[in-house]
Amino acid sequence: MKHLLFYFKKYKIESIMAPLFKMLESLFDLLVPVVVAKLIDVGINNNNPSYVYSCFGILILMAVLGFGCCIVAQYFAAKAAVNTASHLRHRLLEKINSFSTPQLEKIGHSTLITRMTSDINQVQNGINMFLRLFLRSPFIVFGALVMVYIVCPELFWLFALAILILFVLVFGIMFITKPMYKKVQENSDTITAETVENLNGVRVIRAFGREEAQTKRFEEKNILLKRAQRIAGNVSSALNPLTNVVVNGVIIGVLWFGAKYVNSGIIMSGVVIALINYIGQILIELVKLANLIVLLTRSSVSMGRVGEILDVIPETTVSGDFKGDNMPVSVEFNNVSLRYNDGAENALTDISFVANKGEVIGIIGGTGSGKSSLIKLISGMYLPTEGEVLVKGCPTQNWDENTLCNTVSTVEQKPFLFSGTVKTNLLWGNENATDDDIMNALDTARATDFIKDKNDLNRVVEQGGVNLSGGQKQRLAIARALLKNADILILDDSSSALDFATDKALRSGIKGLSKESITFIVSQRVSAIADAEKILVLDNGNLVGIGTHNELLANCDVYKEIVSSQNGEGLCDEQ
Amino acid sequence: MNNKSTLKKLLRLVKPYYLWVVLSLICSLITVGATLFIPLMCGYVIDKMLLSNTDFYAILHSILIIGGVALLGAISTQLSSVANNKITYGVCADLRNKINKKFQTLPVLTLSSHKTGDLVSRMVADVDTIADGLLLGFTNAFSGILTIIAVLVIMFILNPIIALAVLILTPLSFFTAKFIASRIHKFFEAQAKIRGEETALVNELIKGQNIVKSYGHGDKSLSDFDEINNRLQKASLKSTFYSSLINPSTRVINNIVYATVALIGAVFALSADTVSAGELSIFLSYAGQYAKPFNEISGVIAELQNSVACAKRIFALLEEKDRTPDPEISENPDVLGEVKFENLSFSYSKDKPILTDISLDVKSGQRVAIVGPTGCGKTTFINLLMRFFEPDKGDIFVDGTNVKNISYVNLRKRFGMVLQDTWLCTGTVKENISYGNPNATDEDIIKAAKSAHAHSFIMRLPKGYDTLITGNGENLSEGERQLLCIARAMLCLPPILILDEATSSIDTRTEQKIQSAFDKMMKGRTSFVVAHRLSTIQNADIILVMNEGKIAEKGTHQELLDQKGFYYNLYNSQFAEK
Repeated sequence: MKHLLFYFKKYKIESIMAPLFKMLESLFDLLVPVVVAKLIDVGINNNNPSYVYSCFGILILMAVLGFGCCIVAQYFAAKAAVNTASHLRHRLLEKINSFSTPQLEKIGHSTLITRMTSDINQVQNGINMFLRLFLRSPFIVFGALVMVYIVCPELFWLFALAILILFVLVFGIMFITKPMYKKVQENSDTITAETVENLNGVRVIRAFGREEAQTKRFEEKNILLKRAQRIAGNVSSALNPLTNVVVNGVIIGVLWFGAKYVNSGIIMSGVVIALINYIGQILIELVKLANLIVLLTRSSVSMGRVGEILDVIPETTVSGDFKGDNMPVSVEFNNVSLRYNDGAENALTDISFVANKGEVIGIIGGTGSGKSSLIKLISGMYLPTEGEVLVKGCPTQNWDENTLCNTVSTVEQKPFLFSGTVKTNLLWGNENATDDDIMNALDTARATDFIKDKNDLNRVVEQGGVNLSGGQKQRLAIARALLKNADILILDDSSSALDFATDKALRSGIKGLSKESITFIVSQRVSAIADAEKILVLDNGNLVGIGTHNELLANCDVYKEIVSSQNGEGLCDEQ
Repeated sequence: MNNKSTLKKLLRLVKPYYLWVVLSLICSLITVGATLFIPLMCGYVIDKMLLSNTDFYAILHSILIIGGVALLGAISTQLSSVANNKITYGVCADLRNKINKKFQTLPVLTLSSHKTGDLVSRMVADVDTIADGLLLGFTNAFSGILTIIAVLVIMFILNPIIALAVLILTPLSFFTAKFIASRIHKFFEAQAKIRGEETALVNELIKGQNIVKSYGHGDKSLSDFDEINNRLQKASLKSTFYSSLINPSTRVINNIVYATVALIGAVFALSADTVSAGELSIFLSYAGQYAKPFNEISGVIAELQNSVACAKRIFALLEEKDRTPDPEISENPDVLGEVKFENLSFSYSKDKPILTDISLDVKSGQRVAIVGPTGCGKTTFINLLMRFFEPDKGDIFVDGTNVKNISYVNLRKRFGMVLQDTWLCTGTVKENISYGNPNATDEDIIKAAKSAHAHSFIMRLPKGYDTLITGNGENLSEGERQLLCIARAMLCLPPILILDEATSSIDTRTEQKIQSAFDKMMKGRTSFVVAHRLSTIQNADIILVMNEGKIAEKGTHQELLDQKGFYYNLYNSQFAEK
């Protein structure tokens, strides 16, 4: 909520003017029944036409003034709400940009997107309605009570009691139905989950002949949803008749006591009409208030979710000022261990190796063996729990963040492309690259079979690159990374979607480039790393072998197993 | 499909609830009556109030009637709500069941041509919108129209001139609201468009945040975002402000109508004494009652339009062509494990054949491997065999009988399969392994898990075999999910096995360990194996090399190597590169 307070201060004028003008408007609304009562009691009963006309004039004047006040209020409310939302979105994105990748992944993409979009919309709506109604509704309810006291103090008790009962009814039903609607939502979520499951599993379900069992399960859950909806619907619809009974009770009271007071000359019949009017106004505003509170609860939950992210302290792993200008590139691991969480098992244990300028380093191992963790230590995405990772002789945490980013270029297995064109994507690697530079990079990445010439650079890339195949995306991502011309190039299983021949050609192309740089190739395929200067064999987070292909075949059992699993006796025969 | 026929179809869904509809209509009739009767009685009572000359007996009598009518009205209101809820949520649950059943009978091809998210939103969001529309339609439309008519009739009886004024003036607010709404529609469209743009950008920037960061694009992307965000701010201000004018505008007009009714009434009262104070109160109250349905009606119309649009989407789905129905008399030939393809062709669209003229004869117990580059039609082949897809031309015979003459259930129980996509159902590990064989004992389940090399990781799960696997099984890795799918297949072993890239997500060492289990499974069974790692298929009886939808080569591993053709090259690119 402290975030919202900041905005109320920032948009102080709007936040004060909006409710203020709303109150003025409601003041006019409150006066209408009194003027009508006067019109009847004084104008008609005393046969005074000019009084009638002036009352009419006042009514019209009040309607128009009220309208004017309302417009002013709505404008300020809308402005405060919209500006706050816009500014919140900016701040949230800025915050998200400051998160480290693991931090972002821990929070989750989809929840951030929801917070950025629908949550902030909800907040905008909430602020708007809050500024418009939070003073108006209570003001009318209590204002009506005051008016009753002025025109007929004898019936003050009846209205006070009615407000109390209506208040309890309106909020009581809201309170009772809240968990019911939550139940509806839960049941509806189950139906969504069931539907997704039935759709995604359609082949398996049919293959195993389980259609009926799945249908039965769905129908059972569907009945639960229907029941929850009906119960919630029935209870919440009781609000209307119940409040009507109370209002009619008040009307009966007004008529009975009103008759007495008229009889004894305390009031006139116009006042009775005004009183009946007031109870109507009170009911309408109480219902509005209840709806406002529902809306505000929802908005405040949304605001809480947005605030949660704004309050996250960005983790910085790399925060020094080392720039390593003109230094030869090297990567060194000294007894490095990595644990993602306290108490978790080691992702990497006691890894040591050195990589020098011009080398190609292969990294191989099964799923979960720690290949990707090792890579993430080089780019500074994580810092080692024990030991140190040196890039150009400097521990990663002492690097300047941007310089390290420019020094290490990583291509992931599932590359991410932005919507735009092939060219706009590739320019990410180097804003100043010419078309020739780009074509060169595409050539090295073996992408020229589908990006044949410079005209193809303008080919549209749709969101998420859905109009490209996996292999095409991987090659574009490699070209983008090559354009960055970084000292360290990491290919993290990034040619997995390519066929063997293309993969091979790609690797030989990259090898030609890397006289001044270090290339890391992570793969599950022996063929992809077999000709590397050094191969690191990982198993369960341990470095179980390091050396060339032939050395490892001679002395590393895990490597031998991997090799033989991939090509029968193929490579071993050559030994 | 026009709106009328959609409405007709919706009404057909309501038909089973017709008794509830009747109850709802009767109750709303009573409610409207009660609502209009009370102001009438109030006016009457007010006129009875006279200085020192009030007839208290008549007043008591009247307010007792008011009390009775109010109670009756309350009860009937609630009764009609209960009926409406019963109808609405019943119809919606029926619709959901219908959609779900439809999902089970639509061809796989039709289902995969829709996005899952789109189908889910029909099941959930669209049905909800229909519910809102129906509910509002039932509660407001009928009683609204009834109220308008009744109010007009009563007012004309009481005083035609005031009635005329109300008749003409009141709808003004409704038309003003409509006028503003139509004028600001374009602001909302603009806002929605920019919002869509912004959401798309946010989506990319968040999903690709690591790229944004590692390429140092943070400031650039923030300024890209700000450009859209500022436009959105301006558009939102317009649409929010202008739309918030609708309510005050209708209110100011209603207030003016109110004042005018008061004036006309007062003039009548002054000039000819034909209107009493009580009657004036009736008119004032009726002017409000009369305006209410008009103001609500635009909301109702929007909701109804919305729900008709949603209903259209749902009916379009429900009316999609089902898969070929089961044959009238299903043949159930002896289970042998023989499969024969005759001149099979398949395409998604006429100009792009996926499979052309495939013929193949597989004897019982033979092991068939299918290899070829991505997109050559390997998986389509399997889909045709399982009858997930229908061939454009040609026939498939299983155990000597054309599959068209065998029911789906009887056909598919001959097949056991492990697919590349690792679908698991929501349920425990145990339930998932025994999915194809719900009567399996715990020992059988554990045995299957052990031979799939899944036992050790299952035991490491928090509750072992009773661990709940949720939705898409985020708690398991892709490889672990695939192991469970293999265990599932091991527990349900029909005569024909299909392994479609069954080990693609498992590392090669584990794969090799599972291979021996697969070999055991395949012994004595006809099997079809789709693989991209050639090492796993070298001892197949027939290797089908597919390319561009045709069988390029066919033979054993050695025969194909000797041919020095497509397979030879494929094999060499994978293995002999050293």
